[in-house]
Amino acid sequence: MWLKFEPRPEPSKAMTYLSPILAVGLMFLSGLILFLILGKSPVEGFKVFFLNPLKDSYGVAELFLKATPLMLCAVGLSVGFKANVWNIGAEGQLLIGALAGGWLALHFEGSHSPFLLPGMIVAGALGGMLWAAIPAFLRTRFNANEILTSLMLVYVAELMVSWLVHGPWKDPDGFNFPQTKLFSAQATLPILLAGTRVNVALVFALGALVVGWVFMNRSFMGYQMKVAGQAEFAGRYAGFSAKRSVWIGMLAGGAMAGVAGISEVAGPIGQITEHISPGYGFAAMIVAFVGRLSPIGIFFSSLLMALLYMGGEQAQQYLNLPSSISKVFQGMLLFFLLGSDVFINFRPRLVRRRK
Amino acid sequence: MPTSTSDTPRLAIRGIRKVYPSVIANDGIDLTVMPGQIHAVLGENGAGKSTLMKVIYGVIRPDEGEILWEGQRVTIPNPAQARALGIGMVFQHFSLFETLTVVQNVALSIPGKLDLATLSTRIEEVSARYGLPVDPRRMVHALSVGERQRVEIIRCLLQNPRLLILDEPTSVLTPQAVRKLFETLRQLAAEGVSILYISHKLDEIQELCHKATVLRGGKVTGTCTPSEETPQTMARMMIGVDLPACCHGEPEDGGEVRLHIKGLSHATDDPFGTDLKDIHLEVRSGEIVGIAGVSGNGQQELLRAISGEEPLADKHAVELCGVPVGHLNPARRRGLGMCFVPEERLGRGAVPRLSLTENILLTAYRKGMLFAGLIRFGVAKRFAEECIKRFDVKCGGAHSEAKSLSGGNLQKFIVGREIMQEPKLLVLAQPTWGVDVGASSFIRQSVLDLRNSGSAVLVISEELEELFEICDRIQVIAKGTLSPSKVTSETNVEEIGMWMSGLWPGAKTPEGASHVA
Repeated sequence: MWLKFEPRPEPSKAMTYLSPILAVGLMFLSGLILFLILGKSPVEGFKVFFLNPLKDSYGVAELFLKATPLMLCAVGLSVGFKANVWNIGAEGQLLIGALAGGWLALHFEGSHSPFLLPGMIVAGALGGMLWAAIPAFLRTRFNANEILTSLMLVYVAELMVSWLVHGPWKDPDGFNFPQTKLFSAQATLPILLAGTRVNVALVFALGALVVGWVFMNRSFMGYQMKVAGQAEFAGRYAGFSAKRSVWIGMLAGGAMAGVAGISEVAGPIGQITEHISPGYGFAAMIVAFVGRLSPIGIFFSSLLMALLYMGGEQAQQYLNLPSSISKVFQGMLLFFLLGSDVFINFRPRLVRRRK
Repeated sequence: MPTSTSDTPRLAIRGIRKVYPSVIANDGIDLTVMPGQIHAVLGENGAGKSTLMKVIYGVIRPDEGEILWEGQRVTIPNPAQARALGIGMVFQHFSLFETLTVVQNVALSIPGKLDLATLSTRIEEVSARYGLPVDPRRMVHALSVGERQRVEIIRCLLQNPRLLILDEPTSVLTPQAVRKLFETLRQLAAEGVSILYISHKLDEIQELCHKATVLRGGKVTGTCTPSEETPQTMARMMIGVDLPACCHGEPEDGGEVRLHIKGLSHATDDPFGTDLKDIHLEVRSGEIVGIAGVSGNGQQELLRAISGEEPLADKHAVELCGVPVGHLNPARRRGLGMCFVPEERLGRGAVPRLSLTENILLTAYRKGMLFAGLIRFGVAKRFAEECIKRFDVKCGGAHSEAKSLSGGNLQKFIVGREIMQEPKLLVLAQPTWGVDVGASSFIRQSVLDLRNSGSAVLVISEELEELFEICDRIQVIAKGTLSPSKVTSETNVEEIGMWMSGLWPGAKTPEGASHVA
């Protein structure tokens, strides 16, 4: 007897939605085994990792705070992913968005203009779009693979941040730490709930989910993107512009990542440092796929991913494990998701071995 | 060669059954082929012909049933075993390496070490003996489709088969090449080789075959002697009902010019594509113009130039209703009143995983389905439902995914979608390719009705019968050039067949003959 995968007559709808749940379950299970191998009690590990972060309302607020940039990046990326536009560089677009908006905050330091904060948000979006426009241009003009170019631009962006905070933008009164001055209150996002760090960026993120849903499900442009992603030749036959799909897909991802970036530096961080993002731009890709590229799914998967980030911090504090444990969980989640997705198009069957 | 007496069947199969997850492909099929017999297996697409042949050739294993080879019960686990028994098969889609020569290709399929020079001599012998001229030293990519088929047949014959299976062998041939093929097959049969001939073309079966087994829905619906039947009686066995005849109506003359192509030349980027050379074409309102030709002679390139999928540098090369459109994309050309039915249905004419309603949007969105950039799904759904009703599309409803429809029903849906947009010019590529007989005649009638309502129609097809049935004028494409136009009633299959080899009066490229012969 051996296991054979045979193609399903049509893709299983149920499996499309069960697959992320199965992946999460397998991730939990492997996590327990991992704790065991590391010599920790699995029950204790599970509690510290997944339950501790949520034990009070402050923890829940932190969860939403961390989910915000993930939601923003993931919903932007999902627009491109639906059209087979593979923007891998949201992390870089996030950083450039933070720089663009942060520059306004630093340049107009002390300004009381009511336009400063909205201007920073717009600048953040434009910065992210500019960074995403480079791979879009290279793809549409020279047919350069956007996976490679967008990924490489992440490192350019990281070095640019590093150079600025070590050099021109360094706070002169900052004891030589690689960071800018703290943003003024006028250049900081208002807190939504007193006693927590949750700010209006969460409203932007929820708004982006709604707009994303309308765009993908109700707009003709979103429809064209879907056609471009599912059947390139049908798009060409209908006369939909493939280049426009690439531009919109890249720019949507860039804009949302840029907003996420400025929301971090004008939010919980309050200044530009070398560590603006713990990999939100990359994790957002996993969020987008676990959420099945749908805004409703992305809402839940970004909360899950935020929990993994918080669990990692907890595990570092209470279990004496390196914080990169959360990356291990992210990786397992993606790995199991890709594995489970096979069952959408195939079903397993036991067959008798042939001679 | 033949070792058995002539009253033992060469091949007898009993109760063959093969079930796939979604369909019963073969359901208790019996078939008997005598030595030296040309036996037709007749049926529509999806009737189970190909599955049955793959069972016999050892490509797939049946779930039930037995195979008797010259009276002995055998199992055929793989094609190598089938060849060892003496079964050869020529597939509908050729399996040749384009970058190798004929003799290298043949050597690959013959077990053991071979001397290519000796093999070349043997190929020449076989090709001379059976009237299958082919030069063993030529590269396969330089061969015409007919020549490639000869290579496939020679490859089988070198192994001295006692049963030869041919799957839809004439779909790629000119009428003249079909005649040559039939001579070869008759000669083989006279030498005692049994032939299983798979086809849905009734006239060919009548001309060639001694016996016919008719399949429908995976079951045998009858066996007959084709020479004693009429195409109508065989069609009834094949589709279960009588064939409806198309009603024509008179062509309108002197309508306005809807499509005008003036001296279009276009070099293709595809290394295996065909360059278009100085194409002139005019289609007027109220007429159907057909373009005949063997596949791969520039049809794809011409279609892309007309549809706008490959925009041209010269905007005046193609004119739609008097407007130069060479530089416009398909959407802009549609805006001027052109609709287009491509030959690939899934993936080009329709998006497989989207619903029929969403597939309506693909081209018909101008019909009031958009408001401020948003989709009015209600309008699209009503359009889809009307299309399903008017064009008799069998499906679960407007919410069904395009890929869940059978080929014929999806084609009716796509043709319906385009016709319901009331085009000034409708372009159809292979409108009934792979479509069952009933749906084919429905589609042809719909196209005729559209013409009678004053639209201009251009049909590009490899099926000559179809063109002769519906077209008012016919032109032929060969090696990227287009012949002059002929009024259908003033020409015949013979003449158009000659032209398909590139030999029309005043043709500039005599070497076209070697390409398509």
